[in-house]
Amino acid sequence: MDDGLGPALAERLGQLGVPGITVDADYQLTIEDAASVAAHDVVIFADASVSVPPPFEFKAVEPADHLSFSSHSLEPAAVLALARQMFDAKTKAFTLAIRGYEFEQFGENLTAAAERNLEAAVAFLKLWISACATVASIRGNQEQEDATPTVTLKLSPENLN
Amino acid sequence: MAQLDKRTKLVIEPVTRVEGHGKVTILLDEQGRVKQACLHIVEFRGFERFVQGRPYWELPVLVQRLCGICPVSHHLAAAKAMDLIAGVDKLTPTAEKMRRLMHYGQILQSHALHFFHLCSPDLLFGFDADPTVRNIIGVAKRFPDLAVQGVMLRKYGQEIIKATAGKKIHGTGAIPGGVNKNLSVAERDFFLKDIEQIMIWARGALKLAKDYTLDHLKDLADFGSFESNHLSLIRADGAMDLYHGGMRAIDHTGRKIFDHADYQNYSEYIREEVRPWSYMKFPFIRALGPEKGWYRVGPLARLNTCDFIDTPEAEAARKEFLAVTDGKPNNITMAYHWARMIELLHAAEKIRDLLHDPDLQGEDLVLKGTRRFEAVGLLEAPRGTLFHHYRVNEDDQATMCNLIVSTTNNNMPMNLAVEKVARDYLSGRQITEGLLNRVEVAIRAYDPCLSCATHALGRMPLVVELRNCQGILLDRKARNCDGHVE
Repeated sequence: MDDGLGPALAERLGQLGVPGITVDADYQLTIEDAASVAAHDVVIFADASVSVPPPFEFKAVEPADHLSFSSHSLEPAAVLALARQMFDAKTKAFTLAIRGYEFEQFGENLTAAAERNLEAAVAFLKLWISACATVASIRGNQEQEDATPTVTLKLSPENLN
Repeated sequence: MAQLDKRTKLVIEPVTRVEGHGKVTILLDEQGRVKQACLHIVEFRGFERFVQGRPYWELPVLVQRLCGICPVSHHLAAAKAMDLIAGVDKLTPTAEKMRRLMHYGQILQSHALHFFHLCSPDLLFGFDADPTVRNIIGVAKRFPDLAVQGVMLRKYGQEIIKATAGKKIHGTGAIPGGVNKNLSVAERDFFLKDIEQIMIWARGALKLAKDYTLDHLKDLADFGSFESNHLSLIRADGAMDLYHGGMRAIDHTGRKIFDHADYQNYSEYIREEVRPWSYMKFPFIRALGPEKGWYRVGPLARLNTCDFIDTPEAEAARKEFLAVTDGKPNNITMAYHWARMIELLHAAEKIRDLLHDPDLQGEDLVLKGTRRFEAVGLLEAPRGTLFHHYRVNEDDQATMCNLIVSTTNNNMPMNLAVEKVARDYLSGRQITEGLLNRVEVAIRAYDPCLSCATHALGRMPLVVELRNCQGILLDRKARNCDGHVE
C-alpha cells in the first residue's frame, strides 16, 4: 500500500516529461547510485514516511561523515558522501518524505490520505522545478548551482493556515 | 562437530537488534580451552511456508524477496524449476542465453561489491586497523581509483541485470519456459562500448587478490582454514558452469564422492540437519553422514571441483591458483577472495562472448510442454550452490517449497572457521577487539548473506559471547551497525 508512494511519485513525474529531469525508481539505494548522483546537478531522494507531518517534508541533505554498515540500507547522506568522495561531485541533494499511513496490508493502491499527500508533493515539485528554471533563466549563464534555492520546507496544515 | 555437553547450559538470548543478527557463542571446556564455537542465525524467514498456495508462475518473482542483494539467483533457480513444471526441458537458444547473461551480470556485480566494498578494507588496511578508517570511505579516500572501479563494475553488472530481467532488483525477465524479452541491438551496443574497460578492471582486481594472497600466504594459509569436502555444479565435460550442470562433490584430497549427479534427485545425495540453536539448517552429504558429510560451496569449492574453466584468462588464473597447492584442492579459507576474483574475470569474459552472440536478438522466447507437479532448480549463485525444490498441485498452486541457499550450505564451514579463529586468537577469558576483527574476517571470506542483512560495508554487526563449561557468561562484545563496540 503506502510504501508505494516513492514509485508512485516517480511514475507521476515521469509522465510530466520535463526536459532535463531524470526519474529513477528502485528498491533501495546502493553504492552504484553514487555514480548516478554524481552525474546530476541536483538530486531529490523521495520515499514514503511513517512519521513526518502530512503531507510531506522536504529538506536538504548533507553528506554523511560516517556510514551505516549495511549495503541493504544505504542512506541518502551516505550516497551523497560517496558521490563526493569518489567522483568529486558537486551535486546538491534533498529528501522528499511523503507521509503514508498503511504499511501492513498488501495492495496495489495507496490509501486515500496518502494519495492526497502525493498530489501535494507533485504540485510542490512542479512549483519547485519551475522556480529553479526561472531563477536559472534570470541569472543567465551562471552555473545551475547558483540557481538552486537552498530552502528547507516542512509543509503541514498548520503552516498553510 | 561434537554435540554440546549436556552439562553446559547454553542460554541463547534474544539477539540485540543490531542489524545483521549474527551471533557467535564461544564455549570453553573445564580447562578453559575453546571447546566449540557456534554461529547462530536467529532470524526466522518463513519463505518456504508462505509461498505455498501461490500460483507457480508467481514464484520466480516472489522468491526474489528473499534478498535485495542477490535476487537474480533466486529468480533463476525458481525459473529453472518452473520450466520443468511447465513441461519444458530445454529452452530456446535466446532464452537460455538471456538467462545466462543475466546470471553473469549478477556474478559480476555481486563479486565486485564483496571484494571492493566489503572485504577490501580488511585486506588494504589490515585486520587491526582503526575501524574509523577500515571501511568503504577509508578505501575511497586512500585508494580512490579502486573504490570507483568497484562501483563501476557493480553498476555495469546491475545494468546487465536491468536489460535482461527488466529491473535491477526483483526483475521479471525469467518466466516458466523461457524469458519475456530479448536483448535489443541498442542494448547490446551499449554494453559492448564498455566491456573492454570492465575486462581491464576485472584483471586488476584479480591481480590485487592474487598478490595479496601470495604475499601473505604464510599467515593466511592457516587462518580459519581446515580440510573439507567441496560441492558445486559442473558441466558434462567437467567445465565450470555457473548456470547448469550435474552435481559433483569431492573430498579434501580431490577424490570424487559423487559426480554428474542429477540434481532433480538431490535428496538422495544431500540431507539437512536441524539444530536447536539456529534457524539455519546444516546440510551434509548423505553418504558420509552429518559428522563428516558437511561441505563448502562457492568460489573456492567451484575452482576445486571443476576440471577446467572454458574462458582462457580465467582458466590461466585457475591454474595459477591451484599451483599454490600443487594442483590439489585448495582448503585455505582466505583463498576464497582470490577464487572470487577469478570468477569475476570469468563472468566478464562470458559477458563479452555473449554480447557477440546474435542469438540474444532472437525472437523465440518461450516454450510450453506437458505440466509436471514437482521439480528442482539448481544453479551456482555468487555465494554457492542454490537449491530450489517445489511441488505444485492441479490448481497450479505451490504446495511445497524447500530452499537450501548458498549460505546455508556453508553453515558448518563458517562455524568451523570461527572455532578455528577462536582457538588461535582467544587469550584468557576476554574477547579482545583483535578477536572480534578476526571472527568477522573469517565469516566474511564466505561472503555470507545471513538473512540478507549482514552484508557489512567493512564492518559486520556481531555479538560475540564467551561462556565457560557451565554456560556462564564470561565476556560479551557487540559491534553495532556504526562500528561501535560495546
